[in-house]
Amino acid sequence: MTREEVIGKLVPVMEDVFDIDDLDYAETLTAGDIPEWDSLSHVRLMVAVERAFAIRFTSSEIEDFKVLGDLVTAIAVKAAG
Amino acid sequence: MSDMSSILPWLLPPPVDFRQQIKVLAKEDAIDSSALRRLAATAMSIDQLGQMSKAITAIGPRLTGLTPMTLALVGSHTLDYVTQALVATGLRHGLLLSLVKADYGLVAQSVLDPQSPIAAAKADAVLLSLDPLMLGLAIPQLDPGAAETAVDGAIAQVTMLAAGIREQIGAIAVMQTLPEPADSLFGGYDTRVAGSPRAMIAAFNRRLVEEVVRGGDLLIDVAFAAASFGLDRWHDPRAWHSAKIALSLDAMPLYADHVCRVLGAAKGKARKCLVLDLDNTVWGGVIGDDGLEGIRIGQGNATGEAHLAVQALALNLRQRGIVLAVCSKNEESNALLPFREHKDMLLREEHVAAFVANWTDKAANLRHIAEMLNIGTDALVFLDDNPAERAIIRQELPEVAVPEIGDDPALYPGMLTRAGYFEALSFGAEDAQRATFYQDNAHRKTAAASATNLDEYLTSLDMVLEARPFNAQGRSRIAQLINKSNQFNLTTRRYGENEVAALENEPKVFTLQVRLADRFGDNGMISVIIFRKGSDSWEADTWLMSCRVLGRRVEQAVLAIVAKAALEEGVQYLVGRYIPSAKNALVQDHYAKLGFTKMETGKDGATTWKLLLAAYEAPVLPIAIN
Repeated sequence: MTREEVIGKLVPVMEDVFDIDDLDYAETLTAGDIPEWDSLSHVRLMVAVERAFAIRFTSSEIEDFKVLGDLVTAIAVKAAG
Repeated sequence: MSDMSSILPWLLPPPVDFRQQIKVLAKEDAIDSSALRRLAATAMSIDQLGQMSKAITAIGPRLTGLTPMTLALVGSHTLDYVTQALVATGLRHGLLLSLVKADYGLVAQSVLDPQSPIAAAKADAVLLSLDPLMLGLAIPQLDPGAAETAVDGAIAQVTMLAAGIREQIGAIAVMQTLPEPADSLFGGYDTRVAGSPRAMIAAFNRRLVEEVVRGGDLLIDVAFAAASFGLDRWHDPRAWHSAKIALSLDAMPLYADHVCRVLGAAKGKARKCLVLDLDNTVWGGVIGDDGLEGIRIGQGNATGEAHLAVQALALNLRQRGIVLAVCSKNEESNALLPFREHKDMLLREEHVAAFVANWTDKAANLRHIAEMLNIGTDALVFLDDNPAERAIIRQELPEVAVPEIGDDPALYPGMLTRAGYFEALSFGAEDAQRATFYQDNAHRKTAAASATNLDEYLTSLDMVLEARPFNAQGRSRIAQLINKSNQFNLTTRRYGENEVAALENEPKVFTLQVRLADRFGDNGMISVIIFRKGSDSWEADTWLMSCRVLGRRVEQAVLAIVAKAALEEGVQYLVGRYIPSAKNALVQDHYAKLGFTKMETGKDGATTWKLLLAAYEAPVLPIAIN
């Protein structure tokens, strides 16, 4: 998948998980930028992303996502392979 | 949906714009409770449970037609998702749950200290959500005797916590079995090593049921829910390691449904009657077109055996007290034919308490069935292979439970049982006989048609009434009636088994459990009475009766018994109170009919009544009092 395709599919997933409207995607977005994004909803986000893209992350991958761009990169690689 | 692999497959999938619909509903000035309930009746995902719970929390008190309940959650792991899931799922079961969550890990402090925030919340019930690690059952105990010590310790902990909930907090203790682990230590040999986590958990679950859970407590069989969902899918080690979430987020909707079923049953919401469609549900094919020889039922082909399994399930449910009814679009003579003449049919006419086959719409017929059986339409489950009929009933009678069952009859029984409509809190001789009670009622209706007037009919029934104070033998049935009776219930006050037990030896109350037998059979316990004693008056706290015996003058006989007892203690008058609910309009004139005088009408429509005993004369009744 291209980055654009991933982002197009990821944004609605995040809106559903955090129950927010009109999420503005940015490569550098972090959990700190979205009040609804805490350690608990992060678990839910990972499950939702895995389901939406039919991929699996390892625990360490999940821990290593620092900014939203990292997540997009990981999805793009896994969803392609 | 047609298989069991999806989550909550008996429910409709949520609409694609679920989140938007909730937002719109929550914003409106006049909250459309039934629209929100229709959304909650879909198979909500973990995210949607969160969205729904947010909406309910925001608009909660403005939702109508729900039974409020305060539930405290006490657990040894992260309960945030459980909280949301329960609030949202409660709506599916007619409950408006307010949840109070103990601080993370504060298990013993929360239930043993009467000053704890949990105690202060005055919860109706406290759910103990414990895990094998906290209970010391997650680590193998391979030294001799160590396994037993570990299980003893776990049982002792739960015993202490349950006692704290009952005695310090005064709430219903809700306990859970533990799911088996997904992984093993010895493989298949686990089950033969007492100290393997699998064997210790199995021992704990068995002893929990046998030694800890008592009448008045509630038990959620999480082990069963997890096994039916699949242990590999139930457990999610990542969710545990990263956030101490005890089960996978995918399993959360099913877990919450299991909890809410039991809580709903405690509030009298379990279903009582299974209504069966016939063509392509009870048998394969269409009797009107295919004829007796053409329909598929019985051994020899897969479709016939699948429909036979539906019949076997219906009969099994009937044996545990679920009433069976038939609602079919057919000529009645055609519909009855297989019941009377097909040798492979398991279901026979005598098993069906209400048999309705005509061309009227099914919503009208379901209302008619409920009337015939003296139950509410919200006590019905409607099993029909035809999606159009299901959709109509959902639209017309949203309170009727209508499972999605797919298009393969082999899966109908599984879909029906997994939906958990008939959750039980107790099982006794009365339950096993209940379906027969309704059958007897049908016979009584026939007898009524042949008698020329009501008194003659009532006399012909040879009724014998037996009234006794509350006692241990009657306890669970008394609690069941107190929590289930909605229509003939003057105050709709609910008491659990513990409270009922406390009334047995309380000198300041007068209690009655009333049974009624007649020439058609024993109706079992049909009325429960609690009067609170004052110096010159007794006040009716609870007066309820099963609608099975409506119009039999039982309430007059009961009043005669109460009046006699009160006079013997030198009481001047009886006080009655009617508190209106959504369902008890039936008894708004109860006290007027019994000769009480209205004293007061409250703002909420509640009325207070008084009967001067000096002026009371017991009527002559067609009932022998024993």
